[in-house]
Amino acid sequence: MRQEKSDKADGLQSSEVIIEIQNLHKWYGEMHVLKDISLTVQKGERIVVCGPSGSGKSTLIRCINRLEEHQRGRIIVHGVELNNDLKNIEKIRADVGMVFQHFNLFPHLTILENLTLGPMWVRKVPKKEALETAMYYLDKVHISEQAEKYPSQLSGGQQQRVAIARSLCMKPNIMLFDEPTSALDPEMVKEVLDVMISLAREGMTMIVVSHEMGFAKSVAHRVLFMDFGQILEANTPEEFFGNPQHERSRLFISQILH
Amino acid sequence: MRTENQKFKSVSTENVKPPAVNIGLIGWIRTNLFSSWFNSILTVITVYILWKTIPPFVQWAFIDSLWFSTGAECHEAGGACWSVVLKNFRFILFGFYPHDQQWRPLLAMGMLIGLLFFSRNRNHWNIYLAYSWMLGLLLMGFLMKGGILGLVPVESIQWGGLPLTLILSVFGLTAAYPLGVMLALGRQSRLPIIRSLCIVYIELIRGVPLISLLFMSSVVFPLFFPEGVTFNKIIRAQIAIILFTAAYIAEVVRGGLQAMDRGQYEAAESIGLNYYQTMRLVILPQALKIVIPPSVSILISAFKDTSLVVIIALYDLLKTTQSTLTNPEWMGFSAEAYLFIAIIYFICCFFMSNYSRRLERELNRSNR
Repeated sequence: MRQEKSDKADGLQSSEVIIEIQNLHKWYGEMHVLKDISLTVQKGERIVVCGPSGSGKSTLIRCINRLEEHQRGRIIVHGVELNNDLKNIEKIRADVGMVFQHFNLFPHLTILENLTLGPMWVRKVPKKEALETAMYYLDKVHISEQAEKYPSQLSGGQQQRVAIARSLCMKPNIMLFDEPTSALDPEMVKEVLDVMISLAREGMTMIVVSHEMGFAKSVAHRVLFMDFGQILEANTPEEFFGNPQHERSRLFISQILH
Repeated sequence: MRTENQKFKSVSTENVKPPAVNIGLIGWIRTNLFSSWFNSILTVITVYILWKTIPPFVQWAFIDSLWFSTGAECHEAGGACWSVVLKNFRFILFGFYPHDQQWRPLLAMGMLIGLLFFSRNRNHWNIYLAYSWMLGLLLMGFLMKGGILGLVPVESIQWGGLPLTLILSVFGLTAAYPLGVMLALGRQSRLPIIRSLCIVYIELIRGVPLISLLFMSSVVFPLFFPEGVTFNKIIRAQIAIILFTAAYIAEVVRGGLQAMDRGQYEAAESIGLNYYQTMRLVILPQALKIVIPPSVSILISAFKDTSLVVIIALYDLLKTTQSTLTNPEWMGFSAEAYLFIAIIYFICCFFMSNYSRRLERELNRSNR
């Protein structure tokens, strides 16, 4: 428990705002999936977003790096506003890393090639340097011995760790995680969460869509509960899991505890 | 519960050899030829048909056949007259190319086959191979055309036979593939104008037979050119073949693109790759691998379709054979002549499909 407290204490000395979302709306055709979302994220802050499926939580974080387009409202990442300007989108994508539920590694490339692709083509880093960075991060996610293999030769947990390393190779300031452990076999969840926790200790700004209560309790500054495309409750993890305020969050927590 | 456990224990965990029923020649015949009464009947019928056809064919093709005779002697004899091929060998292969200059197309074909053979190995695929192809094709062109370095100029009207078939195919296929890929990408484009243009092009071309395209290229298009401007007939046919094949390639490649997981696009975008990089580095390498088998079918049929240029009086392999057969001396030996060119076509197509299977296997090995 003491360890968990100290994890959280470090993050938020600065009050620099890194992501600002104002009155965000999004529709899929006629369906209103995000309704008037406003959210401010500070540098170094760790946020866990949870909620039932279809509540809009994945859509929200996918809006932050423009995998989804929003129709109304503003998103400002590191002082750059996300709009149709391709230059801005490129800037923001280079600054925001994303980890997907199904890893989405490139199956035709080796692990090392997966990691060097972005740095070499987007950041124009020389090959030698890109390889060094890749090996550094592979080492960090404890998987450097698999560097020459192809993704399909790795287990799910290993693939997800590679995916995290791939994002880190782009040296992002913000990391988004879209249900990073929900496609994994139970025995592999811990190895991925451990990597994420160590990332959190280094002060990375993280927004994590996840139902992993232990993870939320140990690293999150805030837990957001979403349903019907709205943020219904935002609270510290202790308060949220111990004493949920909203009726829907009470129901949700009772469901995931079973 | 306990009884079941005991049952499990009584079974040995060691591997046991399969029963020896289907071992040996008799076993093989039984399992493969007479496994059921229906299969037995099929076997008997097949053996009967083979018995009725193979010996007469061998008799005709090899025992009673004539190889180095004149046409008149052939008409006397009952067997196959391979002389029609051997006596007209050079005309069938090279058409009206000047007799004393035929070493040039022969050399050009040798270069082409050499290049193709060298390109078989994927380890050789690099920028130098691309340069040597460009250089090689240029050299072949000069060899055929002449007019420099003391080579007698030979007009393209006189080109014919196998070199013409190979030129039309190799240029046609290598130009059609990239064009087809671009059309497929265009068809998926977010820009409505590009997308509709590509759809119109693809559907229009797929809606007409190649023959009509060839006719258009040789008869209709020249009407639009100002007087005096003429385009080489071979080039016009070549363009028609390229445009035609590209539309089919585009549809096949589109299938591969649609089979790609959306997550691949998203992952590429999220690490900041732009559209061009996403396609070149992530999507196309995977999508094109999926479509190797259908692409090769298209390439094979395009190769065979080059024989349709007969219709606009280009002397390709099929046309030179036909002209040989109109010679009164050799009239009536079409079976032999056509068998011969069928063998040439078969060898080319066989190598193509064989190579595609090898390529597929190699690509699968490198990323399971």
